[in-house]
Amino acid sequence: MSTATFRIWRGDKSGGRFRDYATEISEGMVVLDAVHHIQAEHANDLAVRWNCKAGKCGSCSAEINGMPKLMCMTRLNTLPLDQPITVEPMKTFPLIKDLVTDVSWNFKVKMGIKKLKPRKPDAADGTWRMDQADIDRPQEFRKCIECFLCQDVCHVLRDHQLFDEFIGPRFLIYTAALEMNPIDTDDRVPDLRRKDGIGYCNITKCCTKVCPENITITDNAIIPLKERVVDRYFDPLAKLFRAFGADK
Amino acid sequence: MSSIDVPVERGRFGQTARRDAWWLYPLLTFLGLAGFLAYSGWAGFQGNHYTYGGYLSPVYSPLIFGHPGEDSWFGAMPAFIPSFVTVAMLVLWMPGGFRITCYYYRGAYYKAFWADPPNCTVGEPRKKYLGERYFPLIVQNIHRYFLYLALLFLVSLSYDVWKALWFDGKFGIGVGTLVLLVNVILLGSYTLSCHSLRHLVGGIFDVLSRRPVRKKMYDCVSCMNRHHMLFAWMSLFWVAFSDLYVRMCSMGIWTDWRIL
Repeated sequence: MSTATFRIWRGDKSGGRFRDYATEISEGMVVLDAVHHIQAEHANDLAVRWNCKAGKCGSCSAEINGMPKLMCMTRLNTLPLDQPITVEPMKTFPLIKDLVTDVSWNFKVKMGIKKLKPRKPDAADGTWRMDQADIDRPQEFRKCIECFLCQDVCHVLRDHQLFDEFIGPRFLIYTAALEMNPIDTDDRVPDLRRKDGIGYCNITKCCTKVCPENITITDNAIIPLKERVVDRYFDPLAKLFRAFGADK
Repeated sequence: MSSIDVPVERGRFGQTARRDAWWLYPLLTFLGLAGFLAYSGWAGFQGNHYTYGGYLSPVYSPLIFGHPGEDSWFGAMPAFIPSFVTVAMLVLWMPGGFRITCYYYRGAYYKAFWADPPNCTVGEPRKKYLGERYFPLIVQNIHRYFLYLALLFLVSLSYDVWKALWFDGKFGIGVGTLVLLVNVILLGSYTLSCHSLRHLVGGIFDVLSRRPVRKKMYDCVSCMNRHHMLFAWMSLFWVAFSDLYVRMCSMGIWTDWRIL
């Protein structure tokens, strides 16, 4: 057993500060384990949101040593323990208390995106037939656990706070999953350009770097969607091609 | 304006809680791109030592106009073009435009040259942000047209390799032949791993299973696309090295060894 110091943000809307807590650590521990130790031993009122401890619920998102991460998936042996480990709430969203933020804006954004509009069923029993090769792309995006780390790290939201004009990487992959779905018939490209503000993305790839599900957000979702916007609005040759009947 | 209340103050330029060397990647990118721009700009202004025997520097390819005795497309430079203008200046904007509008380079130089952001979760110097939604950066959407030009350049550069196989009318292979061959391979890998090409060959469709040729092409480009950044840097370095090789041989400083 050895000891490590955790510098945890304590406070609420009205303000707060970092406080240092020393706790015993052992092999295999993750940051969330240490936070639970501290909660049990030193700070019973420390607010932290968590659920599965397996990297699948997306609840324990925080910023550890300045990088957005899931506390339950960040092993202590990956961190420099010779100095205090900083744990603070996601900076992009309003703080509720300590490490807990209000991420409800994300759910409002989701409601504004056109839902799946499937074509007529292929079979008499009301089901569809599709090739795995065609569903591979959307399936990658369905791995998302909605931890909102990508939203947190995106500088368009984090630094420029364009919440009214840009839906963020999480909802661009959500849109991509719908837009690339082989049975979907709706058209989200006009929304992507205008309401969703895809043009604000300047391809920093920070969202891809922090994704705990390793979804290739930028290369497989955002850039292909940008290209679809280019097809529609910025490429006269593509328009001509469409006029000759290229289908979806 | 934000519709949600974010109480945490926005960081100052460079402010971050990160402990790693976050500045290293943008610094290396800056040095790499600035170094290439400086060298290619200098080489493009020289207007000499761009050929050696059958070798042609990729900075001056295709040789649309040339000096007397050179195997150029349209003969000598027209008189109405000012004397300081070189062939490189007439052609370099095409591959240059392809790189400037490339999705990988955009993300890289926004960080390295414009600090927008300097790196993930690092404070930015400016409050105003337009992204690629408005002018001037909305022009980046022209990328696929530069792709079409870059594909034509590959044909031209491949022809340069063919010409580099002949020494006084006889087939042969010199070190310079291999340098130019590697140049085409790396530029081909970079161009054929382009995000726009990936979209155009198959990504445009939601159903690829009924288009086997498109599916194959999409899979191939997707596979290469995973290494787009690597190809981008290797090909950039090799273009500069290829020019340096031809230039040094032409100046008599380096000897071009014959292999075959």
